[in-house]
Amino acid sequence: MTSELDIFVGNTTLIDEDVYRLWLDGYSVSDAVALRVRSGILEQTGATAAVLQSDTMDHYRTFHMLERLLHAPPKLLHQLIFQIPPSRQALLIERYYAFDEAFVREVLGKKLSKGTKKDLDDISPKTGITLKSCRRQFDNFKRVFKVVEEMRGSLVDNIQQHFLLSDRLARDYAAIVFFANNRFETGKKKLQYLSFGDFAFCAELMIQNWTLGAVGEAPTDPDSQMDDMDMDLDKEFLQDLKELKVLVADKDLLDLHKSLVCTALRGKLGVFSEMEANFKNLSRGLVNVAAKLTHNKDVRDLFVDLVEKFVEPCRSDHWPLNDVRLFLNQYSASVHSLDGFRHQALWDRYMGTLRGCLLRLYHD
Amino acid sequence: MPGKLKVKIVAGRHLPVMDRASDLTDAFVEVKFGNTTFKTDVYLKSLNPQWNSEWFKFEVDDEDLQDEPLQITVLDHDTYSANDAIGKVYIDIDPLLYSEAATVISGWFPIYDTIHGIRGEINVVVKVDLFNDLNRFRQSSCGVKFFCTTSIPKCYRAVIIHGFVEELVVNEDPEYQWIDRIRTPRASNEARQRLISLMSGELQRKIGLKVLEMRGNAVVGYLQCFDLEGESGLVVRAIGTACTLDKLSSPAAFLPACNSPSKDMKESPLVHPPSHGCRSTHNSPIHTATGSRLTQNFSVSVPTLIYTGMGSGSAGKEGGPFKALLRQQTQSALEQREFPFFTLTAFPPGFLVHVGGVVSARSVKLLDRIHNPDEPETRDAWWAEIRQEIKSHAKALGCHAVVGYSESTSICEEVCILSASGTAAVLNPRFLQDGTVEGCLEQRLEENLPIGCGFCHIPYDELNMPFPAHLTYCYNCRKQKVPDVLFTTIDLPTDAAVIGKGCLIQARLCRLKKKAQAEANATAISNLLPFMEYEVHTQLMNKLKLKGMNALFGLRIQITVGENMLMGLASATGVYLAALPTPGGIQIAGKTPNDGSYEQHISHMQKKINDTIAKNKELYEINPPEISEEIIGSPIPEPRQRSRLLRSQSESSDEVTELDLSHGKKDAFVLEIDDTDAMEDVHSLLTDVPPPSGFYSCNTEIMPGINNWTSEIQMFTSVRVIRLSSLNLTNQALNKNFNDLCENLLKSLYFKLRSMIPCCLCHVNFTVSLPEDELIQVTVTAVAITFDKNQALQTTKTHVEKSLQRASTDNEELLQFPLELCSDSLPSHPFPPAKATSVDYSSFADRCSSWIELIKLKAQTIRRGSIKTTVTVEKASPMGEGNFRNRSAPPCANSTVGVVKMTPLSFIPGAKITKYLGIINMFFIRETTSLREEGGVSGFLHAFIAEVFAMVRAHVAALGGNAVVSYIMKQCVFMENPNKNQAQCLINVSGDAVVFVRESDLEVVPTQQPTANCQPLCTEGEVTT
Repeated sequence: MTSELDIFVGNTTLIDEDVYRLWLDGYSVSDAVALRVRSGILEQTGATAAVLQSDTMDHYRTFHMLERLLHAPPKLLHQLIFQIPPSRQALLIERYYAFDEAFVREVLGKKLSKGTKKDLDDISPKTGITLKSCRRQFDNFKRVFKVVEEMRGSLVDNIQQHFLLSDRLARDYAAIVFFANNRFETGKKKLQYLSFGDFAFCAELMIQNWTLGAVGEAPTDPDSQMDDMDMDLDKEFLQDLKELKVLVADKDLLDLHKSLVCTALRGKLGVFSEMEANFKNLSRGLVNVAAKLTHNKDVRDLFVDLVEKFVEPCRSDHWPLNDVRLFLNQYSASVHSLDGFRHQALWDRYMGTLRGCLLRLYHD
Repeated sequence: MPGKLKVKIVAGRHLPVMDRASDLTDAFVEVKFGNTTFKTDVYLKSLNPQWNSEWFKFEVDDEDLQDEPLQITVLDHDTYSANDAIGKVYIDIDPLLYSEAATVISGWFPIYDTIHGIRGEINVVVKVDLFNDLNRFRQSSCGVKFFCTTSIPKCYRAVIIHGFVEELVVNEDPEYQWIDRIRTPRASNEARQRLISLMSGELQRKIGLKVLEMRGNAVVGYLQCFDLEGESGLVVRAIGTACTLDKLSSPAAFLPACNSPSKDMKESPLVHPPSHGCRSTHNSPIHTATGSRLTQNFSVSVPTLIYTGMGSGSAGKEGGPFKALLRQQTQSALEQREFPFFTLTAFPPGFLVHVGGVVSARSVKLLDRIHNPDEPETRDAWWAEIRQEIKSHAKALGCHAVVGYSESTSICEEVCILSASGTAAVLNPRFLQDGTVEGCLEQRLEENLPIGCGFCHIPYDELNMPFPAHLTYCYNCRKQKVPDVLFTTIDLPTDAAVIGKGCLIQARLCRLKKKAQAEANATAISNLLPFMEYEVHTQLMNKLKLKGMNALFGLRIQITVGENMLMGLASATGVYLAALPTPGGIQIAGKTPNDGSYEQHISHMQKKINDTIAKNKELYEINPPEISEEIIGSPIPEPRQRSRLLRSQSESSDEVTELDLSHGKKDAFVLEIDDTDAMEDVHSLLTDVPPPSGFYSCNTEIMPGINNWTSEIQMFTSVRVIRLSSLNLTNQALNKNFNDLCENLLKSLYFKLRSMIPCCLCHVNFTVSLPEDELIQVTVTAVAITFDKNQALQTTKTHVEKSLQRASTDNEELLQFPLELCSDSLPSHPFPPAKATSVDYSSFADRCSSWIELIKLKAQTIRRGSIKTTVTVEKASPMGEGNFRNRSAPPCANSTVGVVKMTPLSFIPGAKITKYLGIINMFFIRETTSLREEGGVSGFLHAFIAEVFAMVRAHVAALGGNAVVSYIMKQCVFMENPNKNQAQCLINVSGDAVVFVRESDLEVVPTQQPTANCQPLCTEGEVTT
């Protein structure tokens, strides 16, 4: 006796959250059944393995049919084939678009192209995430990227509107899309200690301050509306950042800056002497990072540079986080007292964001 | 020109990409009705076209309005080649033809293609302007309402229940026409869908005409079926019960309706058409064919079931039908003309007087090409013959009517088994127009009918019983005789006194059969049938006893014929009727009593069986009151039973020993184990696993013993096909396979629905088919309903309440009875201190029982007051169906797609049906030539059934409804050819589209006012919810 056909269709589509998770995690039906058996469900319900197999198959089939709709979540809301309560719809979407930290760290900042997709074969064993799940996550990134790529307005809002994600998840996707678009390098060994959350935090700050969208109503030229996007960094701003170079190139200015910072922080910093000794190096590092951002290559290396030029030196001197905060605050603020320096607004736009990023990046 | 149909095509959405180059579609729509077609403009390059068309107007006869479906085709415009069809929508406009139903059909319909499935949706608005038709000889029957529901629809009241209506139409099946060889599968499928749609429209119209002739205005329990006879054609047949219904909201019609049906009838007895119910073929003496060598008449007489099988050759060739029982001929022409059959399974209070037992008849026929579709006489004669049979069985049981009547067929190649079954019954003529039935009943009616047991009393003559049965005095009223077991095809009457809960009982059976051709095949089948029938019955009986129950309701025996086997599947809901005696146990007797080890084995088995019975009694809370012999003969006061039952849980340990005692007293059912076969049978008895705790199941509308439904429902269809290993199949192996298939299916259902616990699977409907040699297909449709565990013990109270309510709406004589019951019972209570002791228990059950007694006390104190007061006091107790909102389904208000509930039941728990919008009767074909790509057979069928549900929901929503009740999947014919990567499936579903309102939204002041009367108790009740 072999089972040829075995289906269950409810007027309200049954969604088993546990099976959904197993499916999303990319387990095959037999693996999923084995995992469910291990969870002790047979003992709890008195079911047999055959029942579990049939049930798992059914759910997998349903999910497979739903997957097409999940690719465009608004379709899931309007379709008539599956009657699913709204709360369940939201759950389906949210879980489908959820991603693994380990996976996202591998592809963050990479071009969402076929080439990267091939890398998934290596990423899967490395992260312990099934290839199927890797593909789903990668395709989700790519799909969201494609949809919002050409759109104007707030990145988060666009994602939320087209994919019906929660605020939290939409923000994460905004970060992923932003990183993919600007191809920030995140995979270098020295960046391994950073979490996705760290990058997402930076991305959000950068989107808020460094993109064209960030300028708000600023672009007066109607043609430039085309560029009014959250995804691209404000080119003009990056060009202007060269002007900051004077802060380290002009020796007087640098000395003045240093003395202002040192005066203000004397006695307040545990690592004052180290700071004093390193000031010029640190300042040079931060300003040079800014000056280099005109080149795409250097934009990509932004995080590598920040860690190399700032985080690592401070860490080797064992600066406590609070000292870093005090230093950065003073370092940014003191520039306002430099009479010879004319790019105060530019400096604030740069340093405001960078300070936030650096504080987030500064940990073990 | 009696009607104008207006159609507007508004928009489309989610259309498929038809032009690969642009990834877009240039869609337009063709709207066709009859022979008229309109087209919309082409909406270029969009997957979400906004046509916003003008109103397309069709001026048509109402006859066409009834027959024809509105056909909407969405196409992709192509400048250079033929336009590609995207898909179609068929809209049945029948619901717009009667005034009380829907007024407009408007909404999003899935665009369906038989090859690709659903491809986007289209927004359509349909209206009909009907003109009054004064033509007396009209062919249409607009205005007759149709209901699939097999009881009087909730917001109507039956003025007269006229009786049986039937009709069938035949046609050639387009799939088997020569043209099918040259047209595409799509064209063929569409031709078939359209034809069946037309045929069902015509059938409905013809039935409607019959109803009008009978002066009825509605058909209740309408059941339409298709027989796909292959080469020999396509038969669409329908049966139903003609009624005159009154909308309940019009109280003016209420009183006269109650008093004057018979007068009405006497005034116009001649209006009855000579043909209704049955065709005139019976008047001609064409019984000559009885000499046919194939005729096999036999009667199997088993308790409570009368069965006849008939075998015959190809009736078409033999020149006409023949009768099995010649005594039928002696009956008067008047009686012959009419079949006193009712497709209803639940009845207005007082309608059902006595129930005799199940009557069934089967007949094996050889199919022959239908030569003249306009005169489907052969098929008609076949059915007439079977109905005659049923009628005579009912007579033999001393009954004049058959209720819960249904017909079915099973076809394999050219052999067809026709089956009919029902429950012989004696009815109260008050609702019937027919004088003949009334005459026979008069003396019965004079008796004072006790509520809750009257229907169990035997209708037949005690001295001249149709079959051997043990008769005892009714355990409820002690006045009338009752049988020891009762089998019926109807739902449990609402006022029936039941002890404990019910459960689904199934008998499953397979019999191998040699492959044979034509007449030899028919003979072989005819020979097997009586044995199958007998065995199915024995199995049912054994399983019933094993459950410790004494009655079956909703019995449905399905015999399916295949190439090399016959399958029998009987489903029913077992209950313990308080009026019937306690069933005896099952005794096992060995053949060789000398062998010691054998004896040991036997006694081991016996112990196992006894244990199972005891366990089942506990599980289903069957704790009948112990009746000492002295009391027998004097009426047992009912309240005693009630209070005992309510306390039963805490006393269950004592109960078991009591039950064991009772085994000894009763005549036990003896199973003789004389060979391995019998051993297998006993084993198979014990393999049925009870549902996991928290689950109950039944195949009737409601679960006996549970009435506190909460509002969460989940209707589902599950299909399984297994392939048998063809090597050396024996009957036993086959039985085991089939048994496992059904049991595993049930287990899967319990597992899948575990999140709804505590819940009950209601209306579990199994259908078996044998699509190929080694394939067995089982299709199950049922609904899972949650209930409130904490309130589960209120059964008996609600029973009192229900009978009281019923009484209050009934006429005066009946009204006094329950009142007396309540008031007089208390003084005669055998254990007056019972109330006091029960207070000591802290369990809810006992609080509950004391609450009931309090209500009874109240009833007693005001017994000299007006009836109305009593009723309001009773209302203070929570109604079974209402008031429990805490488990209601999550609100779906935010969704863009309105939720449409589907249920095979006639009601929606926790809600009130406010309007019936019309019948839904849909037929779909789906075919694929890329089976593997669509996920194999499971993927294909899963998607198709989901699509069918979606289309039903969309139609209901477009009618303005939010639920389908009495939903049934009548056919699910699945064929596959994996080698060719092909599969095809036909599905036919029907139901009643309704509007319901949650009872929580309906909360009215009167129900709250009496709450104050017993406030402390009610609050306790609410705390536990």
